[in-house]
Amino acid sequence: MTRYIIRRLAFALFLVVAVSSASLLLAGAVPGDFASGTLGLEGARRDRLEQARERYGLDKPLAVQYRDWVAHAVRLDFGNSLLYDRPVGDLIPERAVNTAVLALTALTLATLVGLPLGIVVGSRHGGLMPSAIRAGSVVLLSMPPLLTSLFLVFVAARTGWLPISGMRSAVAPPGGAALDVLRHLVVPAAAIALPLAAMFERLQSQAMREVVRQPYVLAAVARGASRSRVVWRDALKAALRPIAAVYGLVVGTLLSGSFAVEVITAWPGLGRLMLEALSARDVYLVAGCAGMGSIFLAVATLFSDVALAFVDPRVTE
Amino acid sequence: MSTDITGLKGPRHIAGLKGAGRAEQAPPLRTAGPGPIKGAGRFSSRSIGVVIVAVWALAAVAAPVVAPHAVDDRFPGLLNSPPTVPHVSFVQRPYIYRWMLVNQLEQRYEIDRGRPVPLRWFSGGTLVQSSDEARAPLLLFGTDSYGRDVFSRLLYGARMSLSLALVSAVGAMLVGMAAGGLAGYVGGALDEALMRTSDFVMVLPAMYVALALRAVLPLVLAPRVVFALLAGIFALVGAPFIARGVRAIVRSERRLDYAVAAEALGASAARVLVRHVLPAAGGFVATELAMLIPAFIVAEATLSYVGLGFPDPIASWGTMLHDASTNIRVFADFPWLLSPAAAIFLVVLGLNLAIEDAGGYERTLG
Repeated sequence: MTRYIIRRLAFALFLVVAVSSASLLLAGAVPGDFASGTLGLEGARRDRLEQARERYGLDKPLAVQYRDWVAHAVRLDFGNSLLYDRPVGDLIPERAVNTAVLALTALTLATLVGLPLGIVVGSRHGGLMPSAIRAGSVVLLSMPPLLTSLFLVFVAARTGWLPISGMRSAVAPPGGAALDVLRHLVVPAAAIALPLAAMFERLQSQAMREVVRQPYVLAAVARGASRSRVVWRDALKAALRPIAAVYGLVVGTLLSGSFAVEVITAWPGLGRLMLEALSARDVYLVAGCAGMGSIFLAVATLFSDVALAFVDPRVTE
Repeated sequence: MSTDITGLKGPRHIAGLKGAGRAEQAPPLRTAGPGPIKGAGRFSSRSIGVVIVAVWALAAVAAPVVAPHAVDDRFPGLLNSPPTVPHVSFVQRPYIYRWMLVNQLEQRYEIDRGRPVPLRWFSGGTLVQSSDEARAPLLLFGTDSYGRDVFSRLLYGARMSLSLALVSAVGAMLVGMAAGGLAGYVGGALDEALMRTSDFVMVLPAMYVALALRAVLPLVLAPRVVFALLAGIFALVGAPFIARGVRAIVRSERRLDYAVAAEALGASAARVLVRHVLPAAGGFVATELAMLIPAFIVAEATLSYVGLGFPDPIASWGTMLHDASTNIRVFADFPWLLSPAAAIFLVVLGLNLAIEDAGGYERTLG
């Protein structure tokens, strides 16, 4: 078990280092850089361009830039964002927290809605409610966050019930800032949560249907245990395994999904920052965003690997 | 087969997931199926899906004939005009009413009820047009902010979006089958290297990989180049999903009698792999492709939405959504501009229905 965890830790570390390095090198290797992108459009003189490059360290060869970046990064200095003219280390945490809030809310919502519905659908044979839930899931599965967010923004704009963009109102409304953020959170979080809940419902109901067929479930029913007790206690324990396995993978889906949602609902998260950084060729900010994203990914996969190892010890072999 | 899949090296959660999805769940669902009513329902929902997909494929192919207008036809007097609804009656030909601009600033229109404009079949080289195209064009889904017919652009957009997804899927299939086949057949260090790489790509959020790869290339490119570029990126991101499953199937199939027999008869390794073993992965690959195509459609839409997809005059569902997003009033006042989103939903729903219960719901790439 310890060896397994160490191996997974090493993979997590490798993930973070590889992703941030690769994105820095990728963003640095392309024709055109931050200086020509921002100053070049304004018809800047050649010497101004050179000046800017020298100031940002863009005039050095890529290998040297990378070496300098690594040397600073190990001391937790991730360079200056060229776009914002602020240290990357200051910019990222704020945005990362916003994305984390969005993603965790969506994950919680999806779990709270999807799992119970999946259990209900998977433990019943036929009937109106399971069919309706199932149909709803198939529809929602065909609406990735890009579409759900457009749809929810459309509904919110038509009805005027909820704010449709940003994270805070310009003027704090009565009820305090926290409530304001919460109101802004509804649309983006629901946009990510809905398809995810549908996915959980499908997986959980499939797993449940397998387990309900097992002899030990029949035996429990035969001994006189009530139906709800068998379903919600005995069968559920065994049926949670596929969900546990999928939880680690879901983080990738969450990050991908939150990108579209952040862009559409103007949620100030990591995804939008990454897009800005990529468009402006702000190499250090790109590397910072990618690094932060990969930390999310690494922590989540590590967590789910370890959780899965507890549920199903066979995976450590 | 199940032992072989779970015996994969690399991140276990993926191996465990695939093992659970394919080997343990899929067969019982088919054999010990539920009652006859559900079975019938499944059959019909499946055919509904096939019909939806077929209709869209047909619309895409027949776009030049069905679309009333060309992709870049503009009606300067009709910016963001609402749809013209065709009225049908028994005594006369179907007709529409003209939209009259009543407020230039707010782009508000009112129906000109006084003068119905009849529709004409097979005129102007298309299926149906209004008889007075200059003053009262047929605009089934309204116009966009440049005054272009949204319905026509939707059909041409289907060509672009669907063909890109299809080409990407074929690319992913070729790369994935080659890598998976080689890894499974040759084994050893090559297997290790290929599978480690595909594990790594699969862990990353696909949208960001595509975004980063696209963003580092020059922003302004010819449409053809963008098409090839996006197809290449999508194929690379999608290939690992196919490679991993194909590898597992090849590994178990090549030990079976028929493959051993072919080898014993003197067939070369390449022949055994391509002619005998790989076809066994056909079903798996087909299911996987049906899950990748929706993901590619959404990926194109997302990239074009943020301005990293096709350049402006090209109609794709993503660029149409991008145009819509530049107008703040789209949600409240011009909802017809969101019709590409509905189109994406229908195609994805159709594909999902068509492959229902054929495999996992484990991921959505959007």
